[in-house]
Amino acid sequence: MANKKVPAYVDSASALQGLTLKGEERDRVILQFERLAEIAAPLLAVPIQPDDEPAPVFEP
Amino acid sequence: MSETAEAVVERTLANIARINPQINAFTAVTADRARAEARAVDKARAAGQTLSPLAGVPYAVKNLFDVAGLATLAGSKITASHPPAKSDAALVARMKAAGAVLVGTLNMDEFAYGFTTENTHYGPTRNPHDPGRIAGGSSGGSGAAAAARLVPVTLASDTNGSIRVPASLCGVWGLKPTYGRLSRSGTFPFVACLDHLGPIAADLRDLAAAYDAMQGEDASDPACAQRAPEPVGDSLDGDLGDVRIARLGGWFEANLTSDAHAAVDIACKALHVTRTVTWAEAALGRAAAFIIGASEGGNLHLDDLRHRRGDMEPLSRDRFFAGALVPAAWYVQAQRIRALYRGAVRAHFANTDVFIAAATPCPATPIGTEWLELDSGRVPLRPSMGLLTQPISCIGLPVVTAPIVRPGALPLGVQVIAAPWREDLCFRVAAALSARGVAASPMPTLHA
Repeated sequence: MANKKVPAYVDSASALQGLTLKGEERDRVILQFERLAEIAAPLLAVPIQPDDEPAPVFEP
Repeated sequence: MSETAEAVVERTLANIARINPQINAFTAVTADRARAEARAVDKARAAGQTLSPLAGVPYAVKNLFDVAGLATLAGSKITASHPPAKSDAALVARMKAAGAVLVGTLNMDEFAYGFTTENTHYGPTRNPHDPGRIAGGSSGGSGAAAAARLVPVTLASDTNGSIRVPASLCGVWGLKPTYGRLSRSGTFPFVACLDHLGPIAADLRDLAAAYDAMQGEDASDPACAQRAPEPVGDSLDGDLGDVRIARLGGWFEANLTSDAHAAVDIACKALHVTRTVTWAEAALGRAAAFIIGASEGGNLHLDDLRHRRGDMEPLSRDRFFAGALVPAAWYVQAQRIRALYRGAVRAHFANTDVFIAAATPCPATPIGTEWLELDSGRVPLRPSMGLLTQPISCIGLPVVTAPIVRPGALPLGVQVIAAPWREDLCFRVAAALSARGVAASPMPTLHA
């Protein structure tokens, strides 16, 4: 399912990073970013508490 | 008297010359260095010195390891014009100190971003069991060279599955140790907070010997743990003892083909595993690893994306580009979820010592395959071959991939997963699978 917000975001974020993007390559990057957005969605939906910190020194 | 190291190296170089064109595993052969290292071993033996078990054993490394005198390619065309490495990577130096003989460097997905080693610049690495199929990736050359018996041991890296996927598809043993166990100094990075190094081998004892030779702290890798070596050589007698084992359910059973189900069934039956445990957060762990990898990888190659995009791998550059655009809020959320998930999985180790899961959703696919059909639906193949490995490396757990014996079928491995720093348990269970005749590396027909 295409995310309608993605193309404008990809254009703006690319420009901000100094990355040019046009034509078929733009379509392919948008598709890849849509896949990332789909994967990120459940992560962003997790209710998280202020003390749920990342592991700044990662010790498994 | 046993064969000299020089004789072994000459036979190895001849085998590589004869067989490598069929599988394209090597990107460079270091014949002069190999001969010099072999001569040094023979000289030490003649002088009566005590030698390590690896003395004179040929090995090769994924081409993201620094090898003095060679440009470190990391699978890329861009890096080919970089100056040659001035010294060896830390693990290459440790293998050399143990007397192992470096014979070359091995093909990989560009910058380690891929699970298929369909490298457009250096050609695809082919599976020794069916050269029309992929070897897996990103350490495809490492998997294929070990499977084809070109060398007993190869070194590789695993960020999201890059040791375990080729080990599974090529039918060899692979070790992804605990995050921080082995020094990454002198290797081309991909995702700093997820990058691991480890060995691949056709024989489990060789895998253990190489791992033991490479252990030990190294201040030059900030993520390398300050831990003394904990050798696993005593964990290979095939005795399971009282190790508590469970099968991983949920995410790890929903994303399989019938071949992968069968491999896990064979392993669990041999180990008398009756319990299935579900890690409810595994899907989130996989998503966190994916977002973290995309973001850090995209950032690492931002300059290449800006200035050398036309020279980047067409099969991954769009993914690198998209990764470079990941919002900070997604990345930070992924890191926070990763820590939560780590805590949830730690609790499971109170009741279970080792978990078993398939290493790949399916056996090796034909080169060029775009889509994969799973029980859970149709997914793009290239980023999805790591569906089952990503939730494990996300939290740095040690894993041995065991090649499951299925006569007449293409190879497929299972992950033997333990708690952090318990590689000994991975090896203990792997050795039991071997002793019970259900795990072994099949011999390909290339030598015929």
